[in-house]
Amino acid sequence: MKRAGFSTRWLPILLLVPQLSIILLFFYWPAGYAIKSSFYLQDPFGFGQTFVGLENYTSLTASSEYLKVARFTLLFTVLVTFFSLALALLLAVKADNVIRGAKTYRTLLMWVYAVAPPVAGFIGLMMFNQRWGPLTELFGALGWDYNLGVDYSDTAFAMVLVSVWKQVPVNFIFFLSGLQSIPKAVREAALIDNRSGTRRFWDVTFPLLAPTGFFLLIINITYALFDTFGVVDTLVKGEPGNNPMTLVYKVYVDGFRGNDLGGSSAQSVILMILVLALTVFQFRMVERRIHYT
Amino acid sequence: MAQVTLDAVRKIYPNGVEAVTPASFTIEDGEFVVLVGPSGCGKSTLLRMIAGLEEISEGDLSIGDRIVNDLDPADRDIAMVFQNYALYPHMTVRKNIGYGLKNRKTPKDVIEAKVQEAAAILNLTEYLDRKPAQLSGGQRQRVAMGRAIVRDPALFLFDEPLSNLDAKLRNQMRIEIKALQRRLGVTSIYVTHDQVEAMTMADRIIVLNGGKIEQIGTPSEIYHDPASTFVASFMGAPPMNLLAAEMIDRVLVFAGLSVPIWTTARGPVQLGIRPEDLRLDPEGPLQMEVDLVEELGAHRLLHGHIDDQRLTVHLSEDTPVQTGPMRLSCRVDNLCLFDPETGRRLVTALPDAAESPVEAQSETAW
Repeated sequence: MKRAGFSTRWLPILLLVPQLSIILLFFYWPAGYAIKSSFYLQDPFGFGQTFVGLENYTSLTASSEYLKVARFTLLFTVLVTFFSLALALLLAVKADNVIRGAKTYRTLLMWVYAVAPPVAGFIGLMMFNQRWGPLTELFGALGWDYNLGVDYSDTAFAMVLVSVWKQVPVNFIFFLSGLQSIPKAVREAALIDNRSGTRRFWDVTFPLLAPTGFFLLIINITYALFDTFGVVDTLVKGEPGNNPMTLVYKVYVDGFRGNDLGGSSAQSVILMILVLALTVFQFRMVERRIHYT
Repeated sequence: MAQVTLDAVRKIYPNGVEAVTPASFTIEDGEFVVLVGPSGCGKSTLLRMIAGLEEISEGDLSIGDRIVNDLDPADRDIAMVFQNYALYPHMTVRKNIGYGLKNRKTPKDVIEAKVQEAAAILNLTEYLDRKPAQLSGGQRQRVAMGRAIVRDPALFLFDEPLSNLDAKLRNQMRIEIKALQRRLGVTSIYVTHDQVEAMTMADRIIVLNGGKIEQIGTPSEIYHDPASTFVASFMGAPPMNLLAAEMIDRVLVFAGLSVPIWTTARGPVQLGIRPEDLRLDPEGPLQMEVDLVEELGAHRLLHGHIDDQRLTVHLSEDTPVQTGPMRLSCRVDNLCLFDPETGRRLVTALPDAAESPVEAQSETAW
């Protein structure tokens, strides 16, 4: 292969400067600062800081509240990831079979994608409104005394539901294009080999969707962990009280409401390590398995 | 093993396009039938209707003694080989071949035995644990064949199975498929746009054009007795020469020459001559202007014209040829006449030798 080169050494560096400075300024610098401040205890009024070593971390692992939030985040992530993937797959498979008016269905299923997370949270807030929310009324009619923002599990339910609703369209688009990239002839061959549509799906379609599914799994875990911030924020209205919250939201609450910058930074660093682990896992898996052609 | 019968089978799409006009024919048990035609002629649609991948709009299709119109593809007792192989990329060769059997509740040991047998026939034994991505085009094609033969179906369907292979491999696979079909004796329908494949593989050829059946016949009938100008020009490379001529009083008039032929037609006709039926003959009555000589090793093609009409001559002997004027002759019984309006073949007969004043000429030439 022919390699293009620059005649001087400075031009390529010059061309890289804008991109590198953005990464340095908005990623490495704050990340480095977070790591540094996670080893300090800050004065609440910002007058000074004391080096405390790993105390911020040890106090986190000892905090029952932090562990409770971590457990909730785990449950929340599992539920959101599972349901947004499962529902999207179901919708994609069904939409893929539609022949007449297929485009309309697809557009209708996709448009939620364009809704910003806080707006999605706000729509959820209205749907679950204690006095006049249509879903609250529906649950009431079914004998469920639903209380958003008061009852822990009721709020958790709304958070999961709104987050799933927000994420389904993204997954739907990927699954649908994944389905459509399966060669038609392969599916027809399966049609001749196997009479049962369900078996055909699990034997042929599903394995061929695995690369898409794996990619989406990582994307959805990341979404549930981080991008649901807007949804959580709107639903708990910044008043955590007895309400459930995710780890990312706790970083915000402790750091900006509680003014505990050190503890909050320690939490950020833990999340950073988590993301790093996920990324490494993803690249390893993508390289090794789940790749045909 | 079974007979396949189509009774006025038709395909109309919801947008009103008629892809296949009512087609009726019977394929005998064990017969190898090739559907051939240019792209868009409806040959694949017809095959897919037989497979059950496409709905039959009208008419009845029976395989064996069952009408299968409303049966799922899996219930029709057929196996199909696709153009791009359609192997399951995530399964090993062994699983690809055995998948159809597994779903028919065949015991595991029987599947394994059948897969081994098919693999042995197709020289795939050492590749059984590979995935399709690790195989060459020809090997993938064999796996697709294996998937079809393990099932012992009543009917094999082939949808242009060789068109993705290179020319050399195609010739080899052509012979292998044909030999395999002979050996297994399974009724087969084979779709192709390649007239060489059609001629070499078929027991009978069905020529399709624009959704209509042009002609059904053995390769020899199709080649020597084309039913229309379409068949005449589609089958054979180079195609049959088609020339404008005229019938005047039971005499065919062409390029200033007259040949007595009995036919019902009057006026303008189209005259068809296979390029290899024309011979170099210094005494020949036809004068052709040769523009170009194509050297093909075993034979050569002369491209030229008589008056304004283009003409190709196929010569096998090693006689020296060059561009310029050249005299030709042809046997009268090798001539075909077609209606210039409809393109259909005209019924012709040579004048009875006893009555004909040109008896001496009927053997050799105009």
